[in-house]
Amino acid sequence: MSISTGSSAGNQYGGSMKRTGQDRSIDVGPTAEEYMLPSAQPVQLVDPQGEHVHNDRYPLPDGDELLAAYRKLVIGRRINEQANALVRQGRMAVYPSSHGQEACQVAAAVVLEKDDWLFPTYRDTVAVITRGVDPLEVLTLLRGDWHSGYDPHEHKTATQATPLATQLLHAVGVAHAAKLRGENTVVLALCGDGATSEGDFHEALNFAAVFHVPVVFLVQNNEYAISVPLKHQSVAPSLAHKAIGYGMPGERVDGNDLAAMLSVLGKAVDRARDGGGPALVEAHTYRMQAHTNADDPSRYRSQSDVEKWVPRDPITRMRTYLGNLNLLNADVERDIADAAEQTATTLRDGLNSDPDINPADLFEYVYTEKTSQLREQAALLADELSREGA
Amino acid sequence: MTETAVRSDAAETAAPPAGPQPLTFAKALNTALADAMEADPSVIMFGEDVGPLGGVFRITDGLTARFGEERCFDTPLAESGIMGMAVGMAMNGMRPVVEMQFDAFAYPAFEQVVSHVAKMPNRTRGRVKLPLVIRIPYAGGIGGVEHHCDSSESYYAHTPGLTVLAPATVRDAYLMLRAAIRFPDPVVFLEPKKLYWSKETLDLAELRKEADDDAATGSAVGLAVVARSGTDATLIAYGPSVPTALAAAEAAASEGRSLEVIDVRSIVPFDDETVSASVRKTGRAVVIAEAPGFASVASEIVARVQERCFHSLAAPVRRVTGFDIPYPSPKLEHYFLPSVDRILDTVDELQWEDA
Repeated sequence: MSISTGSSAGNQYGGSMKRTGQDRSIDVGPTAEEYMLPSAQPVQLVDPQGEHVHNDRYPLPDGDELLAAYRKLVIGRRINEQANALVRQGRMAVYPSSHGQEACQVAAAVVLEKDDWLFPTYRDTVAVITRGVDPLEVLTLLRGDWHSGYDPHEHKTATQATPLATQLLHAVGVAHAAKLRGENTVVLALCGDGATSEGDFHEALNFAAVFHVPVVFLVQNNEYAISVPLKHQSVAPSLAHKAIGYGMPGERVDGNDLAAMLSVLGKAVDRARDGGGPALVEAHTYRMQAHTNADDPSRYRSQSDVEKWVPRDPITRMRTYLGNLNLLNADVERDIADAAEQTATTLRDGLNSDPDINPADLFEYVYTEKTSQLREQAALLADELSREGA
Repeated sequence: MTETAVRSDAAETAAPPAGPQPLTFAKALNTALADAMEADPSVIMFGEDVGPLGGVFRITDGLTARFGEERCFDTPLAESGIMGMAVGMAMNGMRPVVEMQFDAFAYPAFEQVVSHVAKMPNRTRGRVKLPLVIRIPYAGGIGGVEHHCDSSESYYAHTPGLTVLAPATVRDAYLMLRAAIRFPDPVVFLEPKKLYWSKETLDLAELRKEADDDAATGSAVGLAVVARSGTDATLIAYGPSVPTALAAAEAAASEGRSLEVIDVRSIVPFDDETVSASVRKTGRAVVIAEAPGFASVASEIVARVQERCFHSLAAPVRRVTGFDIPYPSPKLEHYFLPSVDRILDTVDELQWEDA
């Protein structure tokens, strides 16, 4: 394997290997183990006290970039809070909150270019809104008006996946098609720690590696799959260690450190765009709230476990760090808070008005052209409704 | 895979002579794939062993050589992976055609098929279309060992959002596969394995012209045809059971009974009109399918005929299907499969004494 140094600056893994595991006999540079295995500890660039931690491989994003992302972080937290409130008020059926995981959510959205694709899960509402999709269209799924309320093509953002890990294969397919057409698209595919146990996780990573397509897999390891802790999902040294088994680099990162998330994910995305192939990033974070409002976490974890994560909150440390840099002052903070409140108001106003639901739509999109069977059934329902209205 | 399943059509890969010529079902499918790939660069073919080998049934023979390994390629051995990747490719401008190597090996892909292939257009209010084709070598009668002969159509037909086609003739093998690849929605394309080596004499140039005409009218999907006209009773069949039904009709004719045979062709959407018209005319019907009969496509057809033709019926609508057992091993399968005798016995029971 020849190690080209002509790869992009975005290649943190030590080489621009087109394929891995071939011709290992030539001893020129890092071994597969050296560049595919994750760091010994999750990469952290700003610690919970708000202090910069130096890292040789991952540069700290500059202040302006961090400030812009911090703004999205605060708005993301407000979206989580408002959505939870709307469920309590009966305006939404359910909301799987990403409270505590907002650094992952924001980073996943901002590292992508407009023509890249994002493949989110049900817990990634904040990432989808941060990517620019209309918040009310995003919440259509959880309000229960329709399954997906936004146009995936318009924002290059797939529907929020509810089955686990199935969307990772779709991400591989989108990337594969783009690669065949010579397009410069990168696909970022999200899943949680529980989803790494699914067969489709394995198949997606293997397909991505074998076809050498530009997909970055981001696992938000929030330690719980509903009630089941990570130790019951996997006893691998880390989830990022799984990468080497597929022949792609893996990295782990402090998922509550916005700076580290931006740096690590950004580099993986750059590397994929430069033809470096797929990568697996594991973000260590914590689901601070219940799985959804229907869950009772007291049955499987103690409040003291949750409280250990409070000091590691992604907003607190970034606020301290940016404050120390004099990038945050009262005016800027007020401006950010206003923007967050405005988003919350949009959500409240939008969800407090009853949606226009058309029962005829039930039959409209199953096929491009309705079958005769669906035409009959649509007529039956229309007849029922007309008699109700009479 | 099973060596017995392998036949090569290599001898037929040379430039075909003009005019009518003998064409196998397998070669018709192969030609349809090649023609579709020629006509549309977004058509790509992938699956297990479909590359240099040309598929275990040789349906993709020569495609990699002709179109390159980017357009006809082998994947890792993982059916869910194949199906899920096809979803993504279809989302992003391609028209993937995937091969599930055998009916019973397609089940790992079932979640992708049911949760995504079938639901994506509806989930997104038609904003994400999935123009893809799932080719499945299908059903029995080839002496295949366990897991090689399932009739799995009911699983797919029961899933809203899927279009399910089953050709029974060489001509339809070509025309229906071309139509499936052009179709805007996902198609489960069931290829009766026992018909792969059946032959018809056909003029490819005319078939191609007909495919172009179909493209203009969209008429190749959703229509049943009268495969044989008759007056006394209607045999309703699809895929591998059509030749059996035709043989039964031929035998009945020699006994003085005129049976009409309907080739359903399109299981979903189902052509109620053609089927009902025939049964209203004859007043008697037998539905024939290899799949176990309980909760099956055959059951659905019986129900639909009964609902639509009740006042024309002279006898209960009957079924000749596989038994409700796992597909038998090769030496036992002939007891299981609908046979000419079993069909004729059932026809005999259609209350002729009241006629």
